[in-house]
Amino acid sequence: MWREFGYWMTQYRRTWRGTIVISVANPLLFLLGVGVGIGHLVDRQASVPLAGVSYLAFFAPGMLAAASMQTAFLEASNRVAMAAGPDGAYRGATTTPLSPAQIMGGHLLFIAFRVATSSAAFTLVMLAFRVTGGARALGTLGGALLTGMAFAAPAAAWAVGLRQSRHIHAVFRFVIMPMYLFSGTFFTITQLPHWLRPIVYVLPLYHGAQLCRTLSLGTATVAGTAVHVGVLAALVLAGIVAARVTYRRRLHP
Amino acid sequence: MTTLTSTRPPVPAATPSRTLAMIERNFMIYRRSLTPLLSAMVEPVLYLVSIGIGVGMLIGDVAGVHVRYPAWVAPAILATTAMNTAFNQTSFGVFSRIRAERTYEAILPTPVSVTDIACAEVASAVINAVLTSIGFVVVMAVAGLVTSPAVLLAIPASILVGFAFAAGGLAVTTFLRDFADFQYIQLVMLPMYLFATTFYPLSTYPAPLRPVIEVLPLYQSIQLIREPALGAAGWSQLLSVAYLAAFGVAAMWIAVRRMTRIMLS
Repeated sequence: MWREFGYWMTQYRRTWRGTIVISVANPLLFLLGVGVGIGHLVDRQASVPLAGVSYLAFFAPGMLAAASMQTAFLEASNRVAMAAGPDGAYRGATTTPLSPAQIMGGHLLFIAFRVATSSAAFTLVMLAFRVTGGARALGTLGGALLTGMAFAAPAAAWAVGLRQSRHIHAVFRFVIMPMYLFSGTFFTITQLPHWLRPIVYVLPLYHGAQLCRTLSLGTATVAGTAVHVGVLAALVLAGIVAARVTYRRRLHP
Repeated sequence: MTTLTSTRPPVPAATPSRTLAMIERNFMIYRRSLTPLLSAMVEPVLYLVSIGIGVGMLIGDVAGVHVRYPAWVAPAILATTAMNTAFNQTSFGVFSRIRAERTYEAILPTPVSVTDIACAEVASAVINAVLTSIGFVVVMAVAGLVTSPAVLLAIPASILVGFAFAAGGLAVTTFLRDFADFQYIQLVMLPMYLFATTFYPLSTYPAPLRPVIEVLPLYQSIQLIREPALGAAGWSQLLSVAYLAAFGVAAMWIAVRRMTRIMLS
C-alpha cells in the first residue's frame, strides 16, 4: 500500500503547482468574497439564525468542509478514472505483486494527504482571521479530513469502473455543486421550510459542515458530534468495502 | 527576398457567407446535445436560490437599495451567466477544437479563412449567451424577481456582454499552452465573479479600492444589466456600452492576429 502511495507522492512532487489554484486559491477567494464581503451585509443586521456569531465565523468552517469535499471528489474521480484507463498508472501497478486492495489503499492515502494539506492551508487562514482558536482548529481540520474521505472512498469505488469521463462532469454539476450550495454552508438550515429539512439531513456534506462548524465555534455536543462522525465514517467504510470489489473487478478481470 | 516579417502571414478577410456556414456548423453540433446549454443554466439558478434567497434572508435590506436582496442579486447573476456562457465557449470550446478535436485543421483547407472561424466562434458564443440570458429572465419572472419591464433590456445587453467576453476568451485562448493553463484563467474569472459587485454593492469597498472594481469588464456588464432591470436606466449605461464594445473590439483584434499566426505559420 505504501508503494502505491509513494508512486502518487513522487508524481505529486512534480505537479503540485497545478493543484494549488483549485484546492487552495478557490476556497480562499470564496472566504474573502462571500465570508467577508457578504458578511459585511449580514452583520449589519442582528440576524437571529446565526445566534450572535459573525457571518465569516459561521461561513468559514462550512466552506472548509465544502472545499474538502470538492478536492476529494475531483481527486478520487478524475485521477482514479484516468489511472484505471488503458494508459493509466494502475496498469503498471497491477503487473507488480501489489493487490488491487493495496493499490486502492495507497491511492486513498494519497488523497487523504491532499485533503489534509489543502485543509490545513485553509485552517491557517481561518486562524489568521481569528474565527477559530488553536485546539478548536485542530478538531476542525480533523472534521474536514473525515468529510473529504467520506466523498473520496465512494467516488473512487465508482470512478474505477468508469469508461467515460463525462459522467464525472455530470455528477459534479448535478450532485456535488447543489450539495455545496444547500448543505448549510452558506446559510443555516433552520431557515429552510420544515418539509425540506429532512432532505438536507440526509446530505453527507450537511454532516461535514455541521461537524466542522460546531468544532470550530466550540459549540459541539457529544451526541451531535457522534451522529456527524458516525454518518461520515460509515460512508468512508462503505466506500472502502465497495472499492475493494470494484478495484478487483477492473484491475484483475 | 525573404525578410523576417514576411514569414508572418497577413490576416485574411472575413466573408459573411463563409462565416455563416461555420456558425451553422456549430449549431448543427449543438442540436445533437442540448445539455451544455441547460447545464449552463443550472449553476446560476442554484446560486440565485442559495445566495440570493438563502443568504438574502440573513441580509434583509441592502443599504441604498430599494428592492429585496434576491431581486437585487438576480440581474447581476444574469450578467455573469452571459459572461460565462460566452467565455467558456471561446476559451475551453475553441481550445479543444484547436488541440484535441483538431477541427480547424480540417476547415482551413476549405475557402473558410481564419478570420471567418474567429468571427463565427464569437458569433456562436454570443447566440448561446443570449439564449441562456433569455432562459434566466424567464426564471427570474417565475421566481417573482422582476421589478421593472426594463429587465427585457438585459437581452440586447447580453449580446454586448457576450461579445466582449467571447472575444476576450478567444484572445486569451491563443496564449494557452495546454489544458492545465485553464486554472490560471480560473484565477482571474473567479475573483472577478465574486468581487465585481455581484453580491454586494460598490459602497461596501473602501473608496480607494472602488476604481479597481469599476474597471473590471464584469462590473460594467453588471451595471449595464442591473440598473435598467431595477428601473434605473440612465445615460451612464452608455459608458458601459462604450467600454464593453471597445473591450470586445480590442480583444477581437488581438485574437484574429494571433490565430492567424498560430494556424497559418
